[in-house]
Amino acid sequence: MNTTLAKVKLIEVIKEFPLRRGETEAVRAVNRVSMEIYDGEFFAMLGPSGCGKTTTLRLIAGFEQPSSGQILIDQQPMQGIPAFQRPVNTVFQDYALFPHMSVLQNVMFGLEMAKVPRKEAESRAREALALVRLPNAMNRKPRELSGGQQQRVALARALVKRPSVLLLDEPLGALDLKLRREMQQELKTMQAELGITFVFVTHDQEEALTMANRIAVMNAGEVLQIGTPHQIYETPSTRFVADFIGETNFLDGQLIAIQDRVGRVQLDSETTVEATLGSDQPTIGQKVTVAIRPEKVALHAQPELVGAGGVAVAETGLIGRVESAQYLGTDSRYTVKIGQNTPISVRVQNTGEMTPLSSGDTVQVSWDTRHARILLH
Amino acid sequence: MATLTQTPTFTPDSRSLQGSLLIRRIGKAILWITPVFSYLFLWAPILLLILFSFNAGRGTFAWRGFTTQWYSNIFSGTLGAEARFSTELMLNALSNSLIVGVTSTLIATVIGTMVAISMTRGKFPGKRILDGLLFLPVVIPEITQGVSLAIFFRVIFEFIESITGARILPGVGTIIIGHVVFNVAFVAIIVRARMSNMNPRLEEAAGDLGATPWQTFYRVTLPLIMPGVIAGALLAFTLSLDDFVVTFFNKGVGSDTLPIFVYGMLKTSVTPEVNALSTLMLIFSTVLVGFSLFLQNRKD
Repeated sequence: MNTTLAKVKLIEVIKEFPLRRGETEAVRAVNRVSMEIYDGEFFAMLGPSGCGKTTTLRLIAGFEQPSSGQILIDQQPMQGIPAFQRPVNTVFQDYALFPHMSVLQNVMFGLEMAKVPRKEAESRAREALALVRLPNAMNRKPRELSGGQQQRVALARALVKRPSVLLLDEPLGALDLKLRREMQQELKTMQAELGITFVFVTHDQEEALTMANRIAVMNAGEVLQIGTPHQIYETPSTRFVADFIGETNFLDGQLIAIQDRVGRVQLDSETTVEATLGSDQPTIGQKVTVAIRPEKVALHAQPELVGAGGVAVAETGLIGRVESAQYLGTDSRYTVKIGQNTPISVRVQNTGEMTPLSSGDTVQVSWDTRHARILLH
Repeated sequence: MATLTQTPTFTPDSRSLQGSLLIRRIGKAILWITPVFSYLFLWAPILLLILFSFNAGRGTFAWRGFTTQWYSNIFSGTLGAEARFSTELMLNALSNSLIVGVTSTLIATVIGTMVAISMTRGKFPGKRILDGLLFLPVVIPEITQGVSLAIFFRVIFEFIESITGARILPGVGTIIIGHVVFNVAFVAIIVRARMSNMNPRLEEAAGDLGATPWQTFYRVTLPLIMPGVIAGALLAFTLSLDDFVVTFFNKGVGSDTLPIFVYGMLKTSVTPEVNALSTLMLIFSTVLVGFSLFLQNRKD
């Protein structure tokens, strides 16, 4: 992966769709989106449906023209360049295989358009079909194939053109779970082997986390955060990102003190917690949210230790009451009420070191302040 | 499920059950009788026509035995005992019908397909209104269409004459234009239906793979809407062959089509040859429309 050169670059891209009847404001599907996608990278655009991720992909592919802003592919501005002249290929969500052509004709189509000699085109198409492990379906029509096989044909049809960038629009969305897991692995391997830049649109956070080198989390037409799966998961920049990816506790309160990027947040009249400041710059007195993942919260069944001669169990120590307990095998899930009335969910691995808690137990709740983040409300 | 049916929760009164069964039977009978009589009513005149085209008796509607003489009369050129049927005139009318049919169908198919494509894929102001207007030629009375076209041609021809001095008379050309007018709408509606079932991603996919808009059209769009185009063309051809009203108002001397010719013969009397000719036209039209419907309903 070459991080010095942006393979695809979006600068302040806006896409507005014209007013339709009954709408008072033009719909801004993509709002000031800027991003750099590096050469050889597996880049995911993640967000709920309607967040603008597919529109962004279509802008890169050239099916839509941006209302303003710039798109560069291989450092070349794409302004006014139609889809058929762009060095990118797309795998569509519904595959969009040509129903009147055989599998081989589908895969050869792009090469024919590029005026590749017939013999070479055919051998390259066969190669591509072998690559997606579908070498025996060449003379069949797309409708005779299963969803998974159609997906492979769509992939072969795009890859055979040896694109600079491969765009994938929720390509695994129509597959069942097992097949999807398999294809995730295969796509990842294929991408690593071919070294082609993949831009992958998905609404499945798990898919994005397992496959991508970097993820852009989008909502309401805007990019909220771009980072590695680790960064996105561990240090979400906004409440939306923290909420959308994985499970998170949100503790609302007021910021009362800041010291060395660690803030103290008052949840109620007698409870305060500590957490690290995020990229937002809240001021003292402001309403904020503390975000903490369930698995980052530690529970200790020895409440007497707290305050007993300053035993430092953790940087934050609170007393809580177990409201409910669920045993899930590898781990246990608890809902613990802290302070006056703040429930937080906690996930504890069943390592065998701690006796399982049951509801009604009093526990000490703690976390490393590095894992808790203060986000704007 | 099996255990459920084994334990009925109530026992219905057997008399009321029989009563409702009787009502159901009558209902079923009515459901059967209604279409049978309706279709009989619809088809009886045509069946009669076909029957009498094989009737050996001439001039009377009483059955006098089976014959195919009238069919051979049509093509033999002999005028029969009473010289009322001219094969020469009929062939002339047939050739006019075919010229008008083929020409207007070709023109209407090309224009109608273009209209259908721009109505499905295009984005322009007033599209909704134009879309609604597309159905206009289908719903306006044919007599209105025929008369308005006749007036239109007269105005145009007089204008041309006033400028160039050249006198243009209605004929096959005006009939063709008249037929194109209504056929464009039919072709466009059928092709549009086919096209709106087509996934727009397919065209994007073609572009994505490097096809120019023109290549996309003839490699992807056209093959996929082809059944619709052919179905539309067949229907247009049938409508053109069958058309009487528009043709009648816009024909000139010597440009009679087959329906006009048949009408002309009926003015004197119903000859058995007319029966035979009408039967042939019916069979031809039915085959064309049937094929058109087959193509419209065919899946990819």
